[in-house]
Amino acid sequence: MLEIVIASSIKVIIVVIAVLTGCAYATYMERKLVAHFQHRIGPLYAGPYGLLQPMADAVKLIFKEDIVPDKVERYTYALAPVISFIPAMLIFAVIPFGKDTSVFGYGIKMVLSDLNIAVLFIFAITSLGIYGIILGGWSSGSKYSLMGGLRSSAQMISYEVSYGLSIIGVILIANTLSLRELVNQQASDSIWFFSHWYVWRQPLGFLLYLTCAIAETNRAPFDLPEAESELVGGYHTEYSSMRFSMFFIGEYANMLAVSAVGATLFFGGWQGPFVNTIPLLGIVWFVLKVFLFMFFYIWLRATFPRFRYDQLMNFGWKILLPLALFNTMLTSLLVALKVI
Amino acid sequence: MSEYLSVLIFIFAGIGIVLLTFWLSYLIRPSHPYPEKDINYECAELPIGTSWIRFNNHFYIFALIFVIFDVEAVFLFPWAVAFGQLGLYALVEVVVFILILFFGLFYAWKKGVLKWV
Repeated sequence: MLEIVIASSIKVIIVVIAVLTGCAYATYMERKLVAHFQHRIGPLYAGPYGLLQPMADAVKLIFKEDIVPDKVERYTYALAPVISFIPAMLIFAVIPFGKDTSVFGYGIKMVLSDLNIAVLFIFAITSLGIYGIILGGWSSGSKYSLMGGLRSSAQMISYEVSYGLSIIGVILIANTLSLRELVNQQASDSIWFFSHWYVWRQPLGFLLYLTCAIAETNRAPFDLPEAESELVGGYHTEYSSMRFSMFFIGEYANMLAVSAVGATLFFGGWQGPFVNTIPLLGIVWFVLKVFLFMFFYIWLRATFPRFRYDQLMNFGWKILLPLALFNTMLTSLLVALKVI
Repeated sequence: MSEYLSVLIFIFAGIGIVLLTFWLSYLIRPSHPYPEKDINYECAELPIGTSWIRFNNHFYIFALIFVIFDVEAVFLFPWAVAFGQLGLYALVEVVVFILILFFGLFYAWKKGVLKWV
């Protein structure tokens, strides 16, 4: 028992540090990439190529005064950033990030917690993030925050339905909810290492997942909650200092999490060439796939203008949801006929 | 069981990080509140009335539709996991189920529920 607790504590610390560093450098990556897309240079002065910029930002945010306005509901106001931060991190508890290996003769599972209901767990935890946003918006005592929180939660619940349905196709083929099992099923020894990835058997499901994931994480072109031209800052208008950065880190952790889940479900997770001879290569492939997803997100942000709110709701309910239902039906028929 | 234990440890680690950063920030940040600074933001005007304003009733309706469709997704997950072992019967049942959902969605659509005003 004690051994398990110590082993998992060490793994938890490593994963938490990795995710936080990942979030910090996701902000750097976003600023740098968007800058280059727009023919600017981006952060440059903190460290070589501006590589220490995230650290500088973190120090700055810690030193900032924490302004709590008079009209806030104190407890919910304090709780909301935490509620939006912890679930975003928690998704990484079930994601396998490498091939099982052994260090000093001690077997290590490259997943924090190999739940047999991992996919369900991810959905449950993702839904919890909405509470942070709606509570933060409601308790701030500001009209902008309230409207931003309402919009954000309406958007997230609208896309969550299609988000859930888009994955059912993969589950139908794989017949399991365990992410570890899903990754193992996508293994392939041949030179066409990507031939068993589920993205080929679920192209429509993958596109749906990608779209809904962007909307779920409130990213451009679905970033209406932060429509600064009309709502100032949306649900975190009244937040400052560390409370604000909790929302901020939570958002980036969410982006990383949906990228990691997408890579695991559709792109074979840590599977890749030579992974059987050098097990640690699995982590490299996994990080690379997550990086590609993130790159795609940032690319979208630099390319597309923002949706209008009615367009957003119409798109979610009248296009994505029927498509997701159709995809579920089609996949079940094809699986029953043994086509895929 | 040990798998859920790791999740629990992860939650504690998350709470620990939050407490640590808040505590660190509490130690070193300045604090100079004064009445003007603590007013809620409303484009530099004094806020008018309460912030809990009336909002569009449609948010509520969308929440209701969401509950229906999310519960239905909960029904579909166990079916999808067991699909390999279930026969043709389960397939037909679920196709009928999804068709009913389609019908419900189109009913709501025609009723104008999905129209954002």
